[in-house]
Amino acid sequence: MRYGTLGSACAALIRRDLLLTWRRRGDALNPALFALMVVALFPLALGPEPNQLMQIAAGIVFVAILLASLLALDALFRSDYEDGTLEQIVLSPHPLPVLLACRIGAHWLTTAVPLILVAPLLAEMLHLPRAVLPVLMLALAVATPLLSLLGAVCVALTVGMRRSGMLLALLVLPLYVPVLIFAAGACNAAQAGLPFLAPLLLLGAGLALALVLVPLACAAALRISIS
Amino acid sequence: MNDFLAMGGYATYVWSSYAIFVAGLLIDYLAPRWRNRRIITELHGRLARQKKKTETAT
Amino acid sequence: MNTLSLWFHKFGSPPTFYRLSRLLCPWLFAAACLIGAVGLYAGLVLAPADYQQSDAYRIIFIHVPCAWMSLFAYIFMAANAFIAVVWRIKISEILAMASAPVGAMFTAVTLLTGAIWGKPMWGTWWTWDARLTSELVLLFLYLGVIGLFSAIEDRRQAARAAGFLALIGIVNVPIVHFSVNWWNTLHQGSTVRLLGPSRIDASMLWPLLLMALATHIWFFASVLARSRSSVLEQESGKEWVREIVQAQGVRRE
Repeated sequence: MRYGTLGSACAALIRRDLLLTWRRRGDALNPALFALMVVALFPLALGPEPNQLMQIAAGIVFVAILLASLLALDALFRSDYEDGTLEQIVLSPHPLPVLLACRIGAHWLTTAVPLILVAPLLAEMLHLPRAVLPVLMLALAVATPLLSLLGAVCVALTVGMRRSGMLLALLVLPLYVPVLIFAAGACNAAQAGLPFLAPLLLLGAGLALALVLVPLACAAALRISIS
Repeated sequence: MNDFLAMGGYATYVWSSYAIFVAGLLIDYLAPRWRNRRIITELHGRLARQKKKTETAT
Repeated sequence: MNTLSLWFHKFGSPPTFYRLSRLLCPWLFAAACLIGAVGLYAGLVLAPADYQQSDAYRIIFIHVPCAWMSLFAYIFMAANAFIAVVWRIKISEILAMASAPVGAMFTAVTLLTGAIWGKPMWGTWWTWDARLTSELVLLFLYLGVIGLFSAIEDRRQAARAAGFLALIGIVNVPIVHFSVNWWNTLHQGSTVRLLGPSRIDASMLWPLLLMALATHIWFFASVLARSRSSVLEQESGKEWVREIVQAQGVRRE
């Protein structure tokens, strides 16, 4: 029996994931809707003062997007595990880390990109200064892949459990702390007129490191929890 | 003695933190002990059941 | 090498481990209590009051050893988790998982006593200082490891998954410490230091070191006691466990 090349396997995996998301377009918008609603709650709780909201806008946007991506994480391997696809991926002759990297990339495309697209709207709702918006978008573009990657390792560890919602949050949130600090810190620095490049570069370094190491860690974790 | 207990006016702070420390160690000491006892009684019960089963079978 | 691996396998075999730990445990607990009592007496009575903090500094004799232990326990857990994940040695899995609750206890005590110490000295229970925040994240990591371990049915698989999480966490803690440090300088927060720039006096140092020794011994005693019951639980079908259970049952009746 002959297997396809690694490239064709990756392409098939990504095509399948994108197609599955397209068939259920409504569900794909849920994380963005969730972030929108969380952001809408803050003015209701704190009062509509634009100056007060402006001060904490970047932080709220990041926390909302972080929570939304946390909720979306659970779906990363859930349906694949239930219908047995995940075991086939683990058993396939191609290197598992590469396949998982494709899987995580597809997940990022379908859940995080809508969140990034909705971010200007969130920023506008909280009166974030226009000048900070490019920094916010840049920080999101670097931070969201990092969130997806770090989350994927924890999801791989909890994949066999029936109810993993709260536990997943407990595992993932400590790992998200540095990402949140640097991403929101860059925006706050830009808002205060300070140099903001350093935290973005650090985030980029983290992303480069995670892109290499996380698929390997994810594969190891998956092998532990499916055995 | 009173001077010692007063801790230079910081008695509540010093003694409450020492109490937390001792309470933590106490729980840490007792928890595995209770668990050990529970496991042994459980195993003992299982052993007795097994013995009964084999006796009735023969 | 050969004798070392032989010794390792002999110690690592569950019946030997159980007997040895049952022999060692009471002695270790007793030694920890004795050294701790001497240390506490020296710290509370013999050591002079600090010229800046008066008697409130005496919290140092429990706070700092607990803080050291919270890190030491994590390193011990991660080292055992590494052995467990790579070589799948059963005793390492058990030791790693036994050290998680002890480490979590020491971390919680560190945070609580630190808050109590901070109130009279800095005028606040909590500041978002790098050390405090990374200690808090450390506590969350411990709780995550314990939570993951108890959520998976199969004990050995649970130990390996939770051990893997502990290994990820050991990368995370320095990064959190560094990032909070950076964040603090951005916010120009009040720079608080637990131990001032002045070096600690010898009359205060030796009780501190005694307490550190006592907590280390306590940690190993507690880990052994915990792993002993885990060994018993996981090996419940074996003959040697049956013998022990029968012996203990007879004694109680």
